[in-house]
Amino acid sequence: MKELWKRKDLLGLQELSSEEIQLILDTADSFKEISLRAIKKVPALRGKTIVNLFLEPSTRTRTSFELAAKRLSADTVNISASASSFTKGETLKDTARNLQALKIDILIMRHSAAGSARFLADILDASVINAGDGAHEHPTQALLDLFTLKQKKGKIKNLNVTIIGDILHSRVARSNIWGLTKLGANVTVAGPATLMPVGIERLGVTVCTDVNKAIKQADAINILRIQMERQKTNLFPSIREYRDLYGIDLEKLKNASKDILVMHPGPINRDVEISSEVADSSYSVILDQVTNGLAVRMAVLYLVAGSAAVLEVN
Amino acid sequence: MTKRQEKIIRIMEPDQLRRVIMRISHEILEKTENHEDLAIVGIVTRGAHLARRVVDNIKEIEGINPPFGILDITLHRDDLDISGTREMHKTEINFDLNEKNIVLVDDVLFSGRTVRAALDEITDYGRPKKIQLAVLIDRGHRELPIRADCVGKNIPTSFDEKVRVHLKEEDGEDVVLLVKQED
Repeated sequence: MKELWKRKDLLGLQELSSEEIQLILDTADSFKEISLRAIKKVPALRGKTIVNLFLEPSTRTRTSFELAAKRLSADTVNISASASSFTKGETLKDTARNLQALKIDILIMRHSAAGSARFLADILDASVINAGDGAHEHPTQALLDLFTLKQKKGKIKNLNVTIIGDILHSRVARSNIWGLTKLGANVTVAGPATLMPVGIERLGVTVCTDVNKAIKQADAINILRIQMERQKTNLFPSIREYRDLYGIDLEKLKNASKDILVMHPGPINRDVEISSEVADSSYSVILDQVTNGLAVRMAVLYLVAGSAAVLEVN
Repeated sequence: MTKRQEKIIRIMEPDQLRRVIMRISHEILEKTENHEDLAIVGIVTRGAHLARRVVDNIKEIEGINPPFGILDITLHRDDLDISGTREMHKTEINFDLNEKNIVLVDDVLFSGRTVRAALDEITDYGRPKKIQLAVLIDRGHRELPIRADCVGKNIPTSFDEKVRVHLKEEDGEDVVLLVKQED
Protein backbone atom coordinates (compact mmCIF):
# COMPACT_ATOMS: atom_id res chain seq x y z
CA MET A 1 0.00 0.00 0.00
CA LYS A 2 1.35 3.36 -0.95
CA GLU A 3 1.95 6.13 1.53
CA LEU A 4 -1.11 8.36 1.91
CA TRP A 5 -1.09 12.14 1.76
CA LYS A 6 -0.87 13.58 5.28
CA ARG A 7 -0.48 17.32 4.80
CA LYS A 8 -3.20 19.88 5.39
CA ASP A 9 -1.56 22.30 2.96
CA LEU A 10 0.57 22.38 -0.16
CA LEU A 11 2.99 25.23 0.32
CA GLY A 12 6.00 24.25 -1.74
CA LEU A 13 8.13 21.43 -3.07
CA GLN A 14 11.07 22.19 -0.80
CA GLU A 15 9.33 20.51 2.15
CA LEU A 16 8.00 17.50 0.23
CA SER A 17 9.71 14.13 0.03
CA SER A 18 10.28 12.52 -3.35
CA GLU A 19 7.59 9.96 -2.40
CA GLU A 20 5.06 12.72 -1.80
CA ILE A 21 5.88 14.32 -5.15
CA GLN A 22 5.56 10.93 -6.82
CA LEU A 23 2.19 10.37 -5.14
CA ILE A 24 0.85 13.63 -6.58
CA LEU A 25 2.14 12.75 -10.06
CA ASP A 26 0.64 9.24 -9.90
CA THR A 27 -2.69 10.60 -8.66
CA ALA A 28 -2.70 13.23 -11.42
CA ASP A 29 -2.25 10.48 -13.99
CA SER A 30 -5.58 8.98 -12.90
CA PHE A 31 -7.27 12.38 -13.13
CA LYS A 32 -6.28 13.04 -16.75
CA GLU A 33 -9.00 10.81 -18.09
CA ILE A 34 -11.86 12.68 -16.36
CA SER A 35 -11.46 15.68 -18.69
CA LEU A 36 -11.99 13.34 -21.66
CA ARG A 37 -15.34 11.96 -20.43
CA ALA A 38 -18.75 12.87 -21.79
CA ILE A 39 -19.53 14.36 -18.37
CA LYS A 40 -16.31 15.99 -17.18
CA LYS A 41 -17.17 15.89 -13.53
CA VAL A 42 -16.83 13.57 -10.56
CA PRO A 43 -18.54 14.06 -7.19
CA ALA A 44 -15.38 13.67 -5.08
CA LEU A 45 -15.41 17.15 -3.50
CA ARG A 46 -19.15 17.73 -3.46
CA GLY A 47 -20.07 20.11 -0.66
CA LYS A 48 -16.56 21.55 -0.30
CA THR A 49 -16.00 25.27 -0.74
CA ILE A 50 -12.83 26.45 -2.42
CA VAL A 51 -11.72 30.08 -2.54
CA ASN A 52 -9.30 31.41 -5.15
CA LEU A 53 -7.60 34.38 -3.50
CA PHE A 54 -5.42 35.89 -6.21
CA LEU A 55 -3.70 39.10 -5.20
CA GLU A 56 -1.54 39.09 -8.34
CA PRO A 57 -2.82 38.75 -11.90
CA SER A 58 -3.21 35.26 -13.34
CA THR A 59 -5.07 33.64 -16.23
CA ARG A 60 -3.71 30.11 -16.43
CA THR A 61 -3.27 29.20 -12.80
CA ARG A 62 -6.54 30.69 -11.58
CA THR A 63 -8.62 29.24 -14.43
CA SER A 64 -6.89 25.91 -14.06
CA PHE A 65 -7.57 25.75 -10.31
CA GLU A 66 -11.15 26.86 -10.79
CA LEU A 67 -11.83 24.25 -13.46
CA ALA A 68 -10.08 21.61 -11.38
CA ALA A 69 -12.33 22.43 -8.42
CA LYS A 70 -15.45 22.44 -10.59
CA ARG A 71 -14.62 19.11 -12.21
CA LEU A 72 -14.40 17.70 -8.69
CA SER A 73 -17.84 19.19 -7.91
CA ALA A 74 -16.59 21.70 -5.33
CA ASP A 75 -18.10 25.18 -5.10
CA THR A 76 -15.68 27.94 -6.01
CA VAL A 77 -15.40 31.63 -5.26
CA ASN A 78 -12.87 33.98 -6.86
CA ILE A 79 -11.43 37.01 -5.13
CA SER A 80 -9.07 39.41 -6.87
CA ALA A 81 -7.17 42.25 -5.26
CA SER A 82 -8.77 45.09 -7.20
CA ALA A 83 -12.34 44.02 -6.41
CA SER A 84 -11.86 43.19 -2.74
CA SER A 85 -11.55 44.98 0.58
CA PHE A 86 -7.75 45.01 0.18
CA THR A 87 -8.31 48.30 -1.61
CA LYS A 88 -9.92 49.53 1.64
CA GLY A 89 -6.86 48.49 3.62
CA GLU A 90 -8.00 45.22 5.12
CA THR A 91 -5.03 43.06 6.10
CA LEU A 92 -4.36 39.64 4.66
CA LYS A 93 -4.87 38.07 8.07
CA ASP A 94 -8.26 39.67 8.59
CA THR A 95 -9.39 38.75 5.10
CA ALA A 96 -8.38 35.15 5.67
CA ARG A 97 -10.10 34.95 9.06
CA ASN A 98 -13.27 36.33 7.53
CA LEU A 99 -13.12 33.69 4.83
CA GLN A 100 -12.67 31.07 7.51
CA ALA A 101 -15.75 32.39 9.30
CA LEU A 102 -17.62 31.58 6.08
CA LYS A 103 -16.54 27.94 6.58
CA ILE A 104 -14.38 27.49 3.53
CA ASP A 105 -12.47 24.22 3.11
CA ILE A 106 -9.59 25.13 0.83
CA LEU A 107 -7.91 28.46 0.15
CA ILE A 108 -5.85 28.78 -3.01
CA MET A 109 -3.64 31.78 -2.75
CA ARG A 110 -1.32 33.94 -4.82
CA HIS A 111 0.47 36.86 -3.22
CA SER A 112 3.52 38.98 -3.98
CA ALA A 113 5.11 38.27 -0.58
CA ALA A 114 7.25 35.16 -0.10
CA GLY A 115 5.96 33.14 2.85
CA SER A 116 2.42 34.50 2.67
CA ALA A 117 0.94 31.05 2.03
CA ARG A 118 2.75 29.66 5.07
CA PHE A 119 1.55 32.60 7.15
CA LEU A 120 -2.10 31.81 6.36
CA ALA A 121 -1.65 28.05 6.62
CA ASP A 122 -0.49 28.49 10.21
CA ILE A 123 -3.52 30.52 11.29
CA LEU A 124 -6.30 28.79 9.33
CA ASP A 125 -8.04 25.45 9.81
CA ALA A 126 -8.77 25.43 6.09
CA SER A 127 -6.19 23.89 3.76
CA VAL A 128 -3.98 26.39 1.98
CA ILE A 129 -2.57 25.79 -1.49
CA ASN A 130 0.20 28.07 -2.62
CA ALA A 131 -0.40 29.31 -6.15
CA GLY A 132 2.70 31.50 -6.07
CA ASP A 133 4.20 33.51 -3.22
CA GLY A 134 6.58 36.22 -4.39
CA ALA A 135 9.84 34.81 -5.74
CA HIS A 136 9.60 31.83 -3.38
CA GLU A 137 7.54 28.88 -4.70
CA HIS A 138 4.88 27.94 -7.23
CA PRO A 139 4.48 24.26 -6.44
CA THR A 140 1.68 23.28 -8.82
CA GLN A 141 3.57 24.80 -11.77
CA ALA A 142 6.64 22.71 -10.96
CA LEU A 143 4.46 19.62 -10.47
CA LEU A 144 2.86 20.05 -13.87
CA ASP A 145 6.31 20.58 -15.40
CA LEU A 146 7.47 17.33 -13.77
CA PHE A 147 4.32 15.57 -14.95
CA THR A 148 4.87 16.77 -18.54
CA LEU A 149 8.53 15.74 -18.48
CA LYS A 150 7.62 12.29 -17.24
CA GLN A 151 4.83 11.97 -19.79
CA LYS A 152 7.07 12.95 -22.72
CA LYS A 153 10.36 11.37 -21.65
CA GLY A 154 9.09 8.41 -19.64
CA LYS A 155 11.21 9.29 -16.61
CA ILE A 156 12.73 12.14 -14.68
CA LYS A 157 15.76 10.52 -13.08
CA ASN A 158 19.02 11.45 -14.85
CA LEU A 159 17.34 13.80 -17.31
CA ASN A 160 19.28 16.97 -18.09
CA VAL A 161 16.99 19.92 -17.57
CA THR A 162 18.05 23.51 -18.19
CA ILE A 163 16.10 26.41 -16.76
CA ILE A 164 16.73 29.59 -18.73
CA GLY A 165 16.11 33.23 -17.93
CA ASP A 166 15.28 35.32 -14.91
CA ILE A 167 16.16 32.87 -12.14
CA LEU A 168 16.42 35.69 -9.61
CA HIS A 169 12.72 36.60 -9.61
CA SER A 170 11.35 33.19 -10.48
CA ARG A 171 9.30 31.10 -8.07
CA VAL A 172 8.80 28.66 -10.94
CA ALA A 173 12.58 28.15 -11.08
CA ARG A 174 12.87 27.50 -7.34
CA SER A 175 10.00 25.01 -7.19
CA ASN A 176 11.33 23.28 -10.30
CA ILE A 177 14.84 23.04 -8.88
CA TRP A 178 13.57 21.42 -5.67
CA GLY A 179 11.26 19.05 -7.50
CA LEU A 180 13.70 18.05 -10.22
CA THR A 181 16.66 17.47 -7.90
CA LYS A 182 14.52 15.41 -5.50
CA LEU A 183 13.50 13.16 -8.38
CA GLY A 184 17.10 12.76 -9.56
CA ALA A 185 17.32 15.06 -12.60
CA ASN A 186 20.44 17.08 -13.40
CA VAL A 187 19.53 20.74 -13.34
CA THR A 188 21.39 23.59 -15.04
CA VAL A 189 20.33 27.20 -14.67
CA ALA A 190 21.26 29.69 -17.38
CA GLY A 191 20.78 33.39 -17.75
CA PRO A 192 22.46 36.77 -17.35
CA ALA A 193 24.65 37.02 -14.25
CA THR A 194 22.52 39.92 -13.02
CA LEU A 195 19.44 37.64 -12.97
CA MET A 196 21.24 34.79 -11.21
CA PRO A 197 20.78 34.66 -7.42
CA VAL A 198 23.99 34.50 -5.42
CA GLY A 199 24.57 31.01 -4.03
CA ILE A 200 22.01 29.28 -6.25
CA GLU A 201 24.48 26.39 -6.78
CA ARG A 202 23.90 25.41 -3.14
CA LEU A 203 20.54 24.02 -4.31
CA GLY A 204 22.45 21.40 -6.28
CA VAL A 205 22.35 23.01 -9.72
CA THR A 206 25.00 23.90 -12.29
CA VAL A 207 25.20 27.59 -13.18
CA CYS A 208 25.94 28.59 -16.75
CA THR A 209 25.84 32.05 -18.30
CA ASP A 210 26.35 30.82 -21.88
CA VAL A 211 22.93 29.67 -23.02
CA ASN A 212 24.29 27.83 -26.08
CA LYS A 213 26.44 25.69 -23.84
CA ALA A 214 23.59 25.20 -21.40
CA ILE A 215 21.17 23.72 -23.94
CA LYS A 216 23.65 21.51 -25.79
CA GLN A 217 23.24 18.45 -23.54
CA ALA A 218 19.70 19.24 -22.40
CA ASP A 219 16.81 16.78 -22.71
CA ALA A 220 14.46 19.62 -21.87
CA ILE A 221 14.63 23.36 -21.42
CA ASN A 222 12.25 25.38 -19.31
CA ILE A 223 12.21 28.96 -20.55
CA LEU A 224 11.14 31.53 -17.97
CA ARG A 225 9.23 34.66 -18.75
CA ILE A 226 11.05 37.97 -18.49
CA GLN A 227 9.02 39.51 -15.70
CA MET A 228 8.71 43.15 -16.77
CA GLU A 229 6.66 43.89 -13.65
CA ARG A 230 9.52 42.86 -11.36
CA GLN A 231 12.34 44.72 -13.17
CA LYS A 232 12.58 47.68 -10.84
CA THR A 233 16.22 48.30 -11.58
CA ASN A 234 17.78 47.75 -14.98
CA LEU A 235 19.19 44.24 -14.72
CA PHE A 236 19.87 43.92 -18.43
CA PRO A 237 20.51 46.70 -20.92
CA SER A 238 17.65 46.13 -23.34
CA ILE A 239 15.02 43.65 -24.44
CA ARG A 240 16.81 43.38 -27.77
CA GLU A 241 20.09 42.44 -26.14
CA TYR A 242 18.35 39.89 -23.94
CA ARG A 243 16.66 38.35 -26.96
CA ASP A 244 19.91 38.13 -28.90
CA LEU A 245 21.89 36.57 -26.05
CA TYR A 246 19.30 34.48 -24.20
CA GLY A 247 16.12 34.32 -26.28
CA ILE A 248 15.59 30.78 -27.62
CA ASP A 249 15.13 30.66 -31.38
CA LEU A 250 15.53 27.90 -33.97
CA GLU A 251 19.13 29.02 -34.59
CA LYS A 252 20.12 28.32 -30.97
CA LEU A 253 18.27 24.98 -31.00
CA LYS A 254 20.43 23.79 -33.93
CA ASN A 255 23.11 22.81 -31.41
CA ALA A 256 20.65 21.00 -29.18
CA SER A 257 19.31 17.45 -29.19
CA LYS A 258 16.71 16.68 -31.88
CA ASP A 259 14.31 15.44 -29.18
CA ILE A 260 14.66 18.44 -26.91
CA LEU A 261 11.47 19.49 -25.12
CA VAL A 262 10.75 23.19 -24.90
CA MET A 263 8.66 24.19 -21.88
CA HIS A 264 7.45 27.57 -20.71
CA PRO A 265 5.20 28.30 -17.74
CA GLY A 266 3.39 31.09 -19.61
CA PRO A 267 2.43 33.74 -20.36
CA ILE A 268 5.01 33.87 -23.14
CA ASN A 269 6.57 37.07 -24.42
CA ARG A 270 6.81 36.12 -28.08
CA ASP A 271 10.15 37.02 -29.61
CA VAL A 272 11.66 38.01 -26.28
CA GLU A 273 12.62 34.92 -24.27
CA ILE A 274 11.21 32.55 -26.90
CA SER A 275 10.81 33.09 -30.63
CA SER A 276 7.42 32.56 -32.21
CA GLU A 277 8.80 29.75 -34.40
CA VAL A 278 10.01 27.84 -31.34
CA ALA A 279 6.83 28.46 -29.36
CA ASP A 280 4.76 26.99 -32.20
CA SER A 281 7.25 24.26 -33.16
CA SER A 282 7.04 20.53 -32.55
CA TYR A 283 9.65 20.94 -29.78
CA SER A 284 7.16 22.94 -27.77
CA VAL A 285 5.01 21.23 -25.13
CA ILE A 286 3.66 24.49 -23.76
CA LEU A 287 0.00 23.61 -24.33
CA ASP A 288 0.51 20.06 -23.02
CA GLN A 289 1.72 21.73 -19.84
CA VAL A 290 -1.57 23.61 -19.58
CA THR A 291 -3.62 20.43 -20.13
CA ASN A 292 -1.56 18.53 -17.58
CA GLY A 293 -1.84 21.40 -15.11
CA LEU A 294 -5.53 20.72 -14.77
CA ALA A 295 -4.99 17.07 -13.85
CA VAL A 296 -2.21 17.98 -11.42
CA ARG A 297 -4.40 20.57 -9.69
CA MET A 298 -7.30 18.15 -9.44
CA ALA A 299 -4.94 15.69 -7.79
CA VAL A 300 -3.65 18.29 -5.35
CA LEU A 301 -7.15 19.46 -4.39
CA TYR A 302 -8.31 15.89 -3.90
CA LEU A 303 -5.32 14.87 -1.78
CA VAL A 304 -5.47 17.98 0.39
CA ALA A 305 -9.25 17.62 0.88
CA GLY A 306 -8.80 14.03 2.02
CA SER A 307 -6.06 14.93 4.49
CA ALA A 308 -8.56 16.10 7.13
CA ALA A 309 -9.76 12.54 7.72
CA VAL A 310 -6.21 11.14 7.78
CA LEU A 311 -4.98 13.80 10.21
CA GLU A 312 -7.96 13.29 12.52
CA VAL A 313 -7.39 9.53 12.84
CA ASN A 314 -3.72 9.98 13.71
CA MET B 1 -3.14 -1.30 21.65
CA THR B 2 -2.45 -5.02 21.40
CA LYS B 3 -2.96 -6.51 18.01
CA ARG B 4 -5.76 -9.03 17.92
CA GLN B 5 -5.10 -12.51 16.58
CA GLU B 6 -6.46 -13.36 13.17
CA LYS B 7 -7.92 -16.74 12.38
CA ILE B 8 -7.87 -17.49 8.68
CA ILE B 9 -10.08 -20.11 7.01
CA ARG B 10 -9.74 -21.05 3.35
CA ILE B 11 -13.23 -21.17 1.91
CA MET B 12 -12.54 -21.49 -1.79
CA GLU B 13 -9.66 -23.27 -3.50
CA PRO B 14 -8.26 -22.50 -6.98
CA ASP B 15 -10.28 -25.20 -8.76
CA GLN B 16 -13.54 -24.13 -7.14
CA LEU B 17 -12.83 -20.52 -7.99
CA ARG B 18 -12.22 -21.40 -11.64
CA ARG B 19 -15.49 -23.35 -11.82
CA VAL B 20 -17.47 -20.61 -10.12
CA ILE B 21 -16.15 -17.96 -12.51
CA MET B 22 -17.03 -20.26 -15.40
CA ARG B 23 -20.56 -20.67 -14.05
CA ILE B 24 -20.93 -16.89 -13.66
CA SER B 25 -19.81 -16.47 -17.28
CA HIS B 26 -22.49 -18.95 -18.41
CA GLU B 27 -25.10 -17.20 -16.30
CA ILE B 28 -24.22 -13.83 -17.80
CA LEU B 29 -24.69 -15.23 -21.31
CA GLU B 30 -27.93 -16.90 -20.28
CA LYS B 31 -29.34 -13.66 -18.86
CA THR B 32 -28.33 -11.53 -21.85
CA GLU B 33 -30.82 -11.63 -24.68
CA ASN B 34 -28.72 -9.95 -27.33
CA HIS B 35 -25.06 -10.92 -27.03
CA GLU B 36 -24.02 -8.08 -29.34
CA ASP B 37 -25.01 -5.55 -26.68
CA LEU B 38 -23.05 -7.24 -23.92
CA ALA B 39 -20.15 -5.36 -22.25
CA ILE B 40 -18.22 -6.36 -19.14
CA VAL B 41 -16.93 -3.76 -16.66
CA GLY B 42 -14.82 -4.72 -13.66
CA ILE B 43 -14.35 -2.65 -10.53
CA VAL B 44 -10.71 -1.96 -9.63
CA THR B 45 -8.71 -3.92 -8.47
CA ARG B 46 -9.83 -7.52 -8.17
CA GLY B 47 -13.19 -7.00 -9.85
CA ALA B 48 -11.25 -5.92 -12.94
CA HIS B 49 -9.19 -9.13 -12.92
CA LEU B 50 -12.33 -11.23 -12.48
CA ALA B 51 -14.02 -9.33 -15.31
CA ARG B 52 -11.08 -10.06 -17.59
CA ARG B 53 -11.43 -13.77 -16.83
CA VAL B 54 -15.16 -13.62 -17.51
CA VAL B 55 -14.45 -12.02 -20.89
CA ASP B 56 -11.97 -14.82 -21.69
CA ASN B 57 -14.54 -17.45 -20.71
CA ILE B 58 -17.24 -15.84 -22.84
CA LYS B 59 -14.86 -15.82 -25.80
CA GLU B 60 -14.28 -19.53 -25.28
CA ILE B 61 -17.93 -20.44 -24.78
CA GLU B 62 -19.64 -18.31 -27.35
CA GLY B 63 -16.88 -17.12 -29.67
CA ILE B 64 -17.73 -13.45 -29.10
CA ASN B 65 -15.50 -10.71 -27.71
CA PRO B 66 -17.57 -8.30 -25.61
CA PRO B 67 -16.12 -4.82 -24.91
CA PHE B 68 -14.28 -4.71 -21.61
CA GLY B 69 -13.72 -1.78 -19.27
CA ILE B 70 -12.38 -1.10 -15.82
CA LEU B 71 -13.85 1.30 -13.32
CA ASP B 72 -12.04 3.03 -10.46
CA ILE B 73 -14.75 4.32 -8.15
CA THR B 74 -12.48 6.22 -5.74
CA LEU B 75 -13.81 9.65 -6.73
CA HIS B 76 -17.41 8.54 -6.32
CA ARG B 77 -16.97 7.23 -2.79
CA ASP B 78 -19.03 8.74 0.02
CA ASP B 79 -16.40 8.43 2.74
CA LEU B 80 -13.69 10.99 1.84
CA ASP B 81 -14.30 12.84 5.12
CA ILE B 82 -14.22 9.58 7.10
CA SER B 83 -11.48 7.55 5.46
CA GLY B 84 -9.48 10.12 3.49
CA THR B 85 -7.95 9.62 0.08
CA ARG B 86 -7.07 6.26 -1.36
CA GLU B 87 -4.65 5.07 -3.93
CA MET B 88 -6.21 5.71 -7.30
CA HIS B 89 -6.15 3.80 -10.54
CA LYS B 90 -7.46 4.72 -13.92
CA THR B 91 -10.95 4.22 -15.21
CA GLU B 92 -10.73 2.85 -18.74
CA ILE B 93 -13.95 2.63 -20.69
CA ASN B 94 -12.93 2.91 -24.31
CA PHE B 95 -16.24 2.00 -25.88
CA ASP B 96 -19.60 3.66 -26.26
CA LEU B 97 -21.77 2.26 -23.50
CA ASN B 98 -25.02 3.86 -24.66
CA GLU B 99 -27.63 1.14 -25.26
CA LYS B 100 -25.23 -1.51 -24.00
CA ASN B 101 -26.08 -4.29 -21.60
CA ILE B 102 -23.42 -3.74 -18.95
CA VAL B 103 -22.41 -6.41 -16.49
CA LEU B 104 -20.55 -4.94 -13.51
CA VAL B 105 -18.13 -7.36 -11.90
CA ASP B 106 -16.70 -7.17 -8.39
CA ASP B 107 -15.11 -9.60 -5.97
CA VAL B 108 -17.07 -9.11 -2.74
CA LEU B 109 -20.53 -7.59 -2.26
CA PHE B 110 -20.82 -6.19 1.26
CA SER B 111 -22.44 -2.84 2.16
CA GLY B 112 -23.35 -2.09 -1.46
CA ARG B 113 -21.67 1.32 -1.32
CA THR B 114 -19.03 0.43 -3.90
CA VAL B 115 -21.75 -0.66 -6.31
CA ARG B 116 -23.69 2.54 -5.66
CA ALA B 117 -20.55 4.55 -6.56
CA ALA B 118 -19.97 2.39 -9.64
CA LEU B 119 -23.55 2.93 -10.87
CA ASP B 120 -23.11 6.68 -10.49
CA GLU B 121 -19.82 6.65 -12.34
CA ILE B 122 -21.08 4.50 -15.20
CA THR B 123 -23.94 6.88 -15.86
CA ASP B 124 -21.36 9.67 -16.32
CA TYR B 125 -20.21 7.81 -19.41
CA GLY B 126 -23.60 7.44 -20.99
CA ARG B 127 -26.93 5.66 -20.69
CA PRO B 128 -26.66 1.88 -20.87
CA LYS B 129 -29.76 -0.10 -21.72
CA LYS B 130 -29.30 -2.23 -18.64
CA ILE B 131 -26.78 -2.71 -15.85
CA GLN B 132 -26.42 -6.03 -14.08
CA LEU B 133 -24.17 -7.02 -11.22
CA ALA B 134 -22.05 -10.16 -10.92
CA VAL B 135 -20.02 -10.84 -7.78
CA LEU B 136 -17.80 -13.68 -6.69
CA ILE B 137 -18.84 -13.54 -3.03
CA ASP B 138 -21.94 -12.10 -1.40
CA ARG B 139 -21.23 -11.75 2.32
CA GLY B 140 -24.41 -9.91 3.33
CA HIS B 141 -24.74 -6.81 5.55
CA ARG B 142 -26.15 -4.53 2.89
CA GLU B 143 -26.53 -0.85 3.78
CA LEU B 144 -28.25 0.06 0.51
CA PRO B 145 -31.05 -1.53 -1.51
CA ILE B 146 -28.69 -3.31 -3.92
CA ARG B 147 -28.56 -6.97 -4.96
CA ALA B 148 -26.48 -9.02 -7.37
CA ASP B 149 -27.84 -10.77 -10.47
CA CYS B 150 -25.13 -13.44 -10.47
CA VAL B 151 -23.47 -14.64 -7.28
CA GLY B 152 -20.53 -17.04 -7.17
CA LYS B 153 -21.04 -18.02 -3.56
CA ASN B 154 -23.09 -16.71 -0.66
CA ILE B 155 -21.04 -16.63 2.52
CA PRO B 156 -22.96 -15.64 5.64
CA THR B 157 -20.54 -13.67 7.81
CA SER B 158 -20.62 -11.76 11.04
CA PHE B 159 -19.92 -8.06 10.78
CA ASP B 160 -16.39 -8.19 12.16
CA GLU B 161 -15.29 -11.01 9.87
CA LYS B 162 -13.57 -10.18 6.62
CA VAL B 163 -13.66 -11.91 3.27
CA ARG B 164 -10.43 -11.64 1.29
CA VAL B 165 -10.33 -12.67 -2.31
CA HIS B 166 -6.83 -13.42 -3.57
CA LEU B 167 -6.26 -13.64 -7.31
CA LYS B 168 -3.20 -14.81 -9.20
CA GLU B 169 -2.85 -11.52 -11.10
CA GLU B 170 -2.67 -9.52 -7.89
CA ASP B 171 -1.73 -11.84 -5.06
CA GLY B 172 -0.03 -14.80 -6.77
CA GLU B 173 -2.71 -17.33 -5.78
CA ASP B 174 -6.41 -17.98 -6.40
CA VAL B 175 -8.09 -18.43 -3.03
CA VAL B 176 -10.91 -16.97 -0.94
CA LEU B 177 -10.20 -16.49 2.76
CA LEU B 178 -12.47 -15.82 5.70
CA VAL B 179 -10.61 -13.82 8.32
CA LYS B 180 -11.90 -13.82 11.90
CA GLN B 181 -10.63 -11.50 14.59
CA GLU B 182 -10.05 -13.32 17.87
CA ASP B 183 -9.41 -11.77 21.27
